[in-house]
Amino acid sequence: MSMFSQNPLMNGPNYSFSETPRVGAPEGAREHRFDPYTDNGGSTLAIAGADFTIMAGDTRTTSGYSINSRFHPKVFKIGGTTADQKDATLVLSVVGFAADGEALKERLDSICKMYRYRHGKPMSVKACAQRLSTILYQKRFFPYYAYAILGGLDEEGKGAVYSYDPVGSYEREQCRAGGAAASLIMPFLDNQVNFKNQFIPGSGEGHALQERERRPLTRQEVEVLVKDAFDGAVERHIEVGDGLQMMVITKEGIEEIILPLKKD
Amino acid sequence: MDHRPQAWGRPRDDIYGAYDGSYLQNSGPKQATQSPVVTGTSVIAIKFADGVVMAADNLASYGSLARFTDVKRLRTFHDNTVIGFGGDVSDMQYLDRLIGEIDIDQEYELEQLPDREAQKSVELMQASNLFTFLRRQMYHQRNEFNPLWNQILVAGFDDEHKPFLASVDLRGTSFTSPSLATGFGAALAQPIMRKYAATDEDAARLTRDQAVDVIKECMKVLFYRDARSLDRYSIAVVTKEGIDLKENEQLEKQSWAFAERIKGYGTQTV
Repeated sequence: MSMFSQNPLMNGPNYSFSETPRVGAPEGAREHRFDPYTDNGGSTLAIAGADFTIMAGDTRTTSGYSINSRFHPKVFKIGGTTADQKDATLVLSVVGFAADGEALKERLDSICKMYRYRHGKPMSVKACAQRLSTILYQKRFFPYYAYAILGGLDEEGKGAVYSYDPVGSYEREQCRAGGAAASLIMPFLDNQVNFKNQFIPGSGEGHALQERERRPLTRQEVEVLVKDAFDGAVERHIEVGDGLQMMVITKEGIEEIILPLKKD
Repeated sequence: MDHRPQAWGRPRDDIYGAYDGSYLQNSGPKQATQSPVVTGTSVIAIKFADGVVMAADNLASYGSLARFTDVKRLRTFHDNTVIGFGGDVSDMQYLDRLIGEIDIDQEYELEQLPDREAQKSVELMQASNLFTFLRRQMYHQRNEFNPLWNQILVAGFDDEHKPFLASVDLRGTSFTSPSLATGFGAALAQPIMRKYAATDEDAARLTRDQAVDVIKECMKVLFYRDARSLDRYSIAVVTKEGIDLKENEQLEKQSWAFAERIKGYGTQTV
C-alpha cells in the first residue's frame, strides 16, 4: 500500500496519512455511469440509378416514445463552396444517435470544403467514401453511433451509393436502407431493385427457373419505390414518420423534394 | 514518536488509528457529475407571428424536497435571446457564466466603436448563433464524459431574423420545432402547444396574446400534475423590439374542483 502513497516506508506507527485513500465510490454507493448514447430513431434509404442517385430519409426525431421534432432532416448536401451548399455534388445521410450524426456530417463537410479549396475541384465520391471510413475508424474505441450512407455520381457519371457501419466498414452498393426501419425496407429493396426471388413465369421447375433479367431503374420508378418503402415503414415502425426528404443527384445538380408522411 | 514536520499537529496513529482519507478522493479517477443534484423541472416555449414565448417555474428541487423556491431559470442574452434551463442547477450556473463572458466580450467590442451609427451596423450574435455555441459545448462535455446535466431551450431569432426556437440536452442532441418542452412538459405541455402550432405556418398565425395564453395554460396543467413544480414562474416574450421578462408571476385561475372527484387511491374507502 505504502508503495503508492506519498509516505516514506517506516516500521511501527506512521503519521496520519499512512492509509491511501480508497479508489472510486465509497462502499454502499450505487455505481451509476453516464450513458453517452441514445437512439433518435428514423430511417434512411439510398438507391443508385444509371445516371442518378436518390438519397432519402424521414424527418422525425424521437427519444423513447416522445417525438422531439417533426422536421429534423438527416440527409445533407456535403462539400459545397459555401454554407448554402449550392454547388455541392455529394449527399450524406446519417441515422442513429443524432448528435454524433451531426458531428460526423460537420467534420466530413469541412474536410470536403478544404479539399475543394486546396485542389480547386470537388472531391470524388470514391475519395470522399474512403475519407469517411477513416474518420469513422479513427473513433473506433468511442464510435460515432451513426449509420452513414454517402451518395453521388462516380467518375463515369453513374450513380454511386456507399454504406457504412458505425466503425467505418464500407462497401459500394446499388441500394441500402439504414436506421430503425432498415430491416423492414431492405428486403423490399432486394426484391424491387435487385429483382431477388423474381423469376420468369413458366421458364422451368426448381433450379431450372430462370431469374428475371436485371435492368437499371428509371428516376420516376425509383421515386415511387422510395415513397412506397417509407409508406410501408411508417405503418409498421413508430419511430418513422412525419415527412420524407429526398435528394436527387444528377449531373445537373442536386434536387431536394419534401413529401408528407403519416404523423401518427 | 514521529518527529518529522509532515506529522506535526496531526492525530497520532498509535492512539487514534490511521486517518481515513477516503473522502479526499485524491488518487481516484476524476469525478464528474454522474447524476443531477439540485434540479429544475420543465421549460416550455412556443413560437408566434413575431417572436417566441418561454416559461419555467422558479423552483429548484433537491430530490423530492422543494429546496429553493426563488430560482430564476430563464436568462437573457443581449436583449435578443432567451435561454431556459431544465436539469441540474449548478451546471446551469456554470453555463450562465460562460454565456455571460460572451455577452461581455460582445458588449466590449461594441463599446470600442466610435459612434452609435457604427454600433448599429454591427451584426450582433443571434439566438441561432448562441445555440450553436451551446450545442457544441454540451456535445464537447459529453465527449469528455463530463456532461452538463441540463436540457436547454434557446429562443430568439435566426440569421434571417425569423423566430427561432431550439433545444439541446446533456448528450448534445439538438432539434428545433414550432413549440418545445423539456422534462414533464414534453408529455404534458407539448400536446397542448401542438394543437395551436403544429407547423411553423400555424405558429406564424398566432398572435402574441394567444401564445402567452397557451403558455400560461400549459404552466397550469404542469402545476396540477408535476409534483416537482411551483405556482410561481418566470415568463419571457422575445420580439424584435426586445425582451419582456417577468420573473415573479403567479399562476392565475386555478381550479382544483376536479380533485374532489378523484377517488380510489391508497387507503381511502369512500
